[in-house]
Amino acid sequence: MAGKCGKLYKKAAKVTKVIDKATVKHVALLSRLALDEREETTYSTQLASILSYINKLNELDTKDTPPTSHVLSNLRNVDRADVLKESLKAEEALANAPEKEGDFFRIPKVIEGK
Amino acid sequence: MKYEPVIGLEVHLQLKTKTKAFCGCSTLFGQRPNSQSCPVCLGLPGSLPKLNHEAFGHSIKVALALHCSVQKEIKFDRKNYYYPDLPKNFQISQYDKPVAHDGFVDISSCGKIKKIRIKRVHLEEDAGKLIHQTGGPYSLFDCNRAGMPLLEIVTEPDINSPEEAYDYLTGLKSILKYLEVSDCDMEKGSLRCDANISVRPAGSDKLGSKVELKNMNSFKAVRLALEHEVSRQMEAVSAGEKLQQETRLWDAGKAVTLLMRTKEEAHDYRYFPEPDLVPFVPDPSYVEDIRKTIPEMPDAKAKRFKERFNLSDYDIAVLVSDKAAADYFEKCLESYDNPKTVANWIMGDITAQSNLKNTGIRELGISPQGLAELLKMIDGQLISGKMAKEVLLEAIEKRCEPAQIVRSKGLEQLSDKGELEKIVKVILGRNEKSVQDYKGGKKNALTFIIGQVMRETKGKANPAVINEILKKSLGE
Amino acid sequence: MENLYDLPANRLAEKLKSKTLKPSHVVEKIIQRIKELNGRINSFVFIDEPQALKAAKAADGSDLKGDLSGIPIAVKDNICVKGQDTTCSSRILKGFRPPYDATVIKKIRENGLILVGKTNMDEFAFGSSCETSCYGPTKNPWDPDRIPGGSSGGSAAAVASGQIVMAIGSDTGGSIRQPAAMCGVVGMKPTYGLVSRYGLIAFASSLDQIGPITKDVTDAAALLGVIAGHDEMDSTSADIETPDYRKSLVNDVKGLKIGIPKEYFIEGIEPDVLKAVKEAIELLKKMGAQIKEISLPHTEYAVSTYYIIAPAEASSNLARFDGVQYGFRAPHPKDIIDMYTKTRSQGFGEEAKRRILLGTYVLSSGYYEAYYLKALKVRTKIRVDFTRAFKEVDCIVTPTSPTTAFKIGERIDDPLSMYLSDIFTIPANLAGIPAISIPCGFDGKGLPIGLQIIADAFKEENIFTAAYAYEQNTDWHSKRPGI
Repeated sequence: MAGKCGKLYKKAAKVTKVIDKATVKHVALLSRLALDEREETTYSTQLASILSYINKLNELDTKDTPPTSHVLSNLRNVDRADVLKESLKAEEALANAPEKEGDFFRIPKVIEGK
Repeated sequence: MKYEPVIGLEVHLQLKTKTKAFCGCSTLFGQRPNSQSCPVCLGLPGSLPKLNHEAFGHSIKVALALHCSVQKEIKFDRKNYYYPDLPKNFQISQYDKPVAHDGFVDISSCGKIKKIRIKRVHLEEDAGKLIHQTGGPYSLFDCNRAGMPLLEIVTEPDINSPEEAYDYLTGLKSILKYLEVSDCDMEKGSLRCDANISVRPAGSDKLGSKVELKNMNSFKAVRLALEHEVSRQMEAVSAGEKLQQETRLWDAGKAVTLLMRTKEEAHDYRYFPEPDLVPFVPDPSYVEDIRKTIPEMPDAKAKRFKERFNLSDYDIAVLVSDKAAADYFEKCLESYDNPKTVANWIMGDITAQSNLKNTGIRELGISPQGLAELLKMIDGQLISGKMAKEVLLEAIEKRCEPAQIVRSKGLEQLSDKGELEKIVKVILGRNEKSVQDYKGGKKNALTFIIGQVMRETKGKANPAVINEILKKSLGE
Repeated sequence: MENLYDLPANRLAEKLKSKTLKPSHVVEKIIQRIKELNGRINSFVFIDEPQALKAAKAADGSDLKGDLSGIPIAVKDNICVKGQDTTCSSRILKGFRPPYDATVIKKIRENGLILVGKTNMDEFAFGSSCETSCYGPTKNPWDPDRIPGGSSGGSAAAVASGQIVMAIGSDTGGSIRQPAAMCGVVGMKPTYGLVSRYGLIAFASSLDQIGPITKDVTDAAALLGVIAGHDEMDSTSADIETPDYRKSLVNDVKGLKIGIPKEYFIEGIEPDVLKAVKEAIELLKKMGAQIKEISLPHTEYAVSTYYIIAPAEASSNLARFDGVQYGFRAPHPKDIIDMYTKTRSQGFGEEAKRRILLGTYVLSSGYYEAYYLKALKVRTKIRVDFTRAFKEVDCIVTPTSPTTAFKIGERIDDPLSMYLSDIFTIPANLAGIPAISIPCGFDGKGLPIGLQIIADAFKEENIFTAAYAYEQNTDWHSKRPGI
């Protein structure tokens, strides 16, 4: 990676547009985030810069490489016996609730299916 | 042009375990809201899931019974979507390496056997429950159900009529009940069903735009919703309309399906491997051990009953539909070898009682041996058939065996000839007039005398024996 | 006379054992030090003085069992302590008090350590500078105009400034080691699966590990001994016997094979950092270690790989913060979607939003294979690099960070340059292997420099031996900032 650290900083300035505002909007919707005009611009520029850096990975041939989802490759079949454990009391479960009603968490009305 | 419906079904089955899929909270139904939750099923930050071994075993058992191949490597994935009944806003489910795939169920529909292919069987966690205040501006959330183990059983689009869908569900439910892995109770939500349906020109092998149907609360509702949807789609296609891929809800009150969301609004679930659970590689011997616990399936049992017992198809179908009843039946036959009588009692009084008490046959408290004893008492004329029915009811109420009731009440019929002769002698001595009347031709005087004997024996005297003694004593 | 707050835990523990000192006295002194400095350093976000004093008083009268019994400790604000504010330095978790203790907290309590409070961090551990905290930035005790590193910057700054004796941090891409380097203390990320993650508020579940931040290597070994071990509550917890790490604290590296990966010695490293690290390697060689140049060819892809995997997992882990059950809920929502959106938009800071967006994007329909799956495959290549290397060497020595502490505000508007400050620490997380950062000198501005020592999975002992021997032959670890 000789010199690449320095080079990489330069690369950050040269942005290829791989993520536009419409995409940022869509991704924000999926993430339940509302962005204003300024944020949309900032994030699309910054994400574009990050993604163009990330695209480096395409230099590598990974056709025959298996993915690593877990580093402990010997760890398999970890489960528990079907044995009861003490639950929290309803009061404890509800202790942090921003709003509650009786033994329930309370939220704005949900229209079924939406 | 003739059109035919193409239907696939997704069944969600709540597995019967003591604890939830990924934590040690109880799975009991109908408890105080939010009293069966912990950091894991509440999805509190920092908590981590750990798979319930029993739930995993159940899922393999179902997969094997549905003739699926159990995967060599099984993994869990996160299905990401926002909904307030989902505490983490993702569901632990399975995507590309489910428990099993490629199985089938043989169903009998309109007198024919049809193979419905099973596409996949996967394990996931249930969501919590939302209660919508009528009129009010709020919804309420109860976490008790969140994290219960659910098995999703998905068919290939092999079903071609609402009737077949109904028959598949009935057949599947019967299999699942046999496996004893779930209550299969649609009312309690332990069995739920969604459907995918499209129509296409008859004989074509192309699939049309599929509509996903939700919110059907019984097998009958599934059939009705599909019937409605088939005609709606056929009318649309015949009128030259192009159908859209969409999700629709069944409105049972209005008996129509209503649009819920279109393809454009469809979720992007962003599945990825659940990093908090490691993969599962079931040992072949473990899978074989589970296979050994699978009981005889309903169709095999029906076939065997038909070969072995002289029973009507109807009787067999009724007995086999409930594994507990079928087991009870066979157990009872071990001590009392009269299939028809046993079947009649099970399908009659016993089923009536278990329906009345809304409980299974085994929970009534009468052992198969107990019933056999009772039936033997009838045959041995120790009690009458009518008495036996009363005894059965009382035994169920008192939660004891029928023989105990008979004994404690001294209900056994008095059939001892010597004993009865003595009693008859005394009665005849007390009722000279009636004896004379009888001898003088008044035949109903005999009825009076029998009544007197019955009173003396508190009704226990065996009428046949009395008759015989009397006729002899009165010199016939 | 030496200040009590400057002593490492092993020295204090001797005094506590011999009854020269009482736990309550130590805790009082520490709390006094926190009160004196926290206004300037901002390393603590929450102090539980009554509980700490109560626990210390109780310890006064009882026999001190464990090695670290009676020692005050602070934990990063992303580790759940029952009934105590646990907020990940985020507005969205305002007021959240978990109804349960993290497994490490249970272990800390069982071993008699005294919890003093929660330390500042980058919001949800997203950052390398501690600037994204909703409580404001933590300052570097060596120069308050500079960042302490991150994300466990509060823990590192607190240990460096004597506001606490030892601390717990978490490390997803360098969040323990990089601030330890920048604050001149010892910070260790253990092998993935060695320390239970139960109760650690997840950032990236496949990368996160909890670890110690301490004044010296002896303390790091002792604290790791306390928190390591199999946990039934964590499916990814390794089921292995934890060795007694104190036994690896021997001042002898003769024959120890140390690999120097050429990919870590690059243009762009500050000259003073390069010089200090090279001198450290020379010293190790003089002490008898065998130095060997090695190659980890996929190093340059680590940051890219990390910035796909970590945000992807984070976007899912952070989905639960929606205002339904706990934490912040935006006022006056129109409906449920509005509540979600407002709560999340007002509750998360800029960097959190950036990572959620990035993570959601790389997982979204049509991009999964190009980004996420690709990254998982490159992760394999990076792991294989290490596996190969550890066939030849016992440990690997590198700089912890290419630079010393930078100025507050310097990189905050350039996320990519910020991300690149973890360039040397990220590979160990991707490979799941242990690594430590220990002090190895100062730059021309008097800022500390860190030396990273990496070993193969579950070979923490190799790290401790190398680090301890180095520490015994230098005095960098005993330098304290003049604050």
